[in-house]
Amino acid sequence: MPPGSAPRVELHAAGLRYGAATIFEALDLSLPAGRTTCLLGPSGAGKTSLLRLIAGLAHGAQGRAEDEAGDGLDGRIAYLAQQDLLLPWSNVLNNVLLGPRLRNEPVTGALEQRARDLIAQVGLAGREAERPGRLSGGMRQRVALARTLMEDRPVVLMDEPFSALDAITRYRLQDLAAELLRGRTVLLVTHDPLEALRLGHGVRIISGTPARLDAPLAAPGEPPRALDDPEVLRLQAELLRRLVVAQTNHGQGRGSTDT
Amino acid sequence: MKLLRPLLVFLGLILAWQAAVVATGAPHYILPAPVRVAGALAEHWREILGHGAVTAAEILLGLLLGVLLGCTTALIIAGVRPARRWLLPVLVISQAIPVFALAPVLVLWLGYGLASKVAMATLIIYFPVTAAFYDGLRRTEPGWLDLARTMNGTGLKTLWRIRIPAALPALSSGLRVATAVAPIGAIVGEWVGSSAGLGYMMLQANARMQIDLMFAALFALALLAVGLYAAVDAALKRALPWQAEDGRALD
Repeated sequence: MPPGSAPRVELHAAGLRYGAATIFEALDLSLPAGRTTCLLGPSGAGKTSLLRLIAGLAHGAQGRAEDEAGDGLDGRIAYLAQQDLLLPWSNVLNNVLLGPRLRNEPVTGALEQRARDLIAQVGLAGREAERPGRLSGGMRQRVALARTLMEDRPVVLMDEPFSALDAITRYRLQDLAAELLRGRTVLLVTHDPLEALRLGHGVRIISGTPARLDAPLAAPGEPPRALDDPEVLRLQAELLRRLVVAQTNHGQGRGSTDT
Repeated sequence: MKLLRPLLVFLGLILAWQAAVVATGAPHYILPAPVRVAGALAEHWREILGHGAVTAAEILLGLLLGVLLGCTTALIIAGVRPARRWLLPVLVISQAIPVFALAPVLVLWLGYGLASKVAMATLIIYFPVTAAFYDGLRRTEPGWLDLARTMNGTGLKTLWRIRIPAALPALSSGLRVATAVAPIGAIVGEWVGSSAGLGYMMLQANARMQIDLMFAALFALALLAVGLYAAVDAALKRALPWQAEDGRALD
């Protein structure tokens, strides 16, 4: 993605309730253009809901995500969920080509070549004709990453995309994602402080009922950061401390019924 | 082993049959021994084949029509919200009337020939196919639909590329049920009024006290039904290979 082409993402006074429960209200969030923002928080704090709201997938929510000019983001967002959501009846190539197919775009030779290039970039050259059922979890998530990149959208929303993977696979995929998503405006929801610090330019913590965001924690340098970077380790301790506070507040905010 | 097992089951059933004949001492005009039935099969195989072909045609045509109608109905009620409200009650009411009770009416309207039996078979499989496919179309993995929405997929393409393929396993179990019950429709149709088919043959043989021939026709019918089911089952497994491999991913 060429520099400067990704928009800043603004969310103003967003609200979401499920029945009587208010997940969040009057929530503001700004995602810096071309940067990766990581969203951490206790389970049930509304991380996924917030991401779905930005993606336009939350029904009955108030507020919508806009760019700096106040335009909606429809058609500029790609979404990568925790499950790979690959279609089991389609092979790797056709899964990567799903977006154009669903939009009824003619699949030209050039488009197919781009899909093949992306498959090669995620390290799966030669596996184009295989169905997802024959791939490991890590390979499947790499296909999902290629499918996301195929969309070539300036804004990418990721909901714990690596959480179901083993440590080594996760580490490799983090590197790959950081490299391939450079220059896009990315929101990454994760429960892993170390992942947030490896991949994020900034880290936000969401907690409480209704949920609040704390001040952004900026991490220095360019992601992906090395795991043994002393600054990463120092910030991890800081993040953990904030998360423990957030978790405690979150539990209290929900009252004693939540066990 | 794959072929051996059904063969052993078959032999076991024949043995049980023979044992029942010996144990009960039933006269051959009540329960003929397997040997007598085999004799009737050998003697009348041309007739049986001819009548079997008629019944097979009724079943196959009924399956084809019933599946076409059922799939179309399921697509309409899954895709068009107002249609759902009007069609679902009609569907349920149509099932509340026993198909067997309709057989005389169908014969009256469509005559003694093929048409009334095809209509019976169609009617009897219409509901299982419609219900199974509609259920499958309704239960698309929500994540896939979210993905399609963020990709700005069109409704029709999402139906074609995601919802229909995702509903195929459900449809295929509907098809298996349909294949198993379709012969019932054809035979009941033949019993009510016909001039050909295995059901007709059984009635004729019964009336003439040719009990071994009646059993031979019944045997042929069972063979036809089992063969048809096996063929449909194999075809469905071939058509949906990802269904079998889905459960055994590498990790």
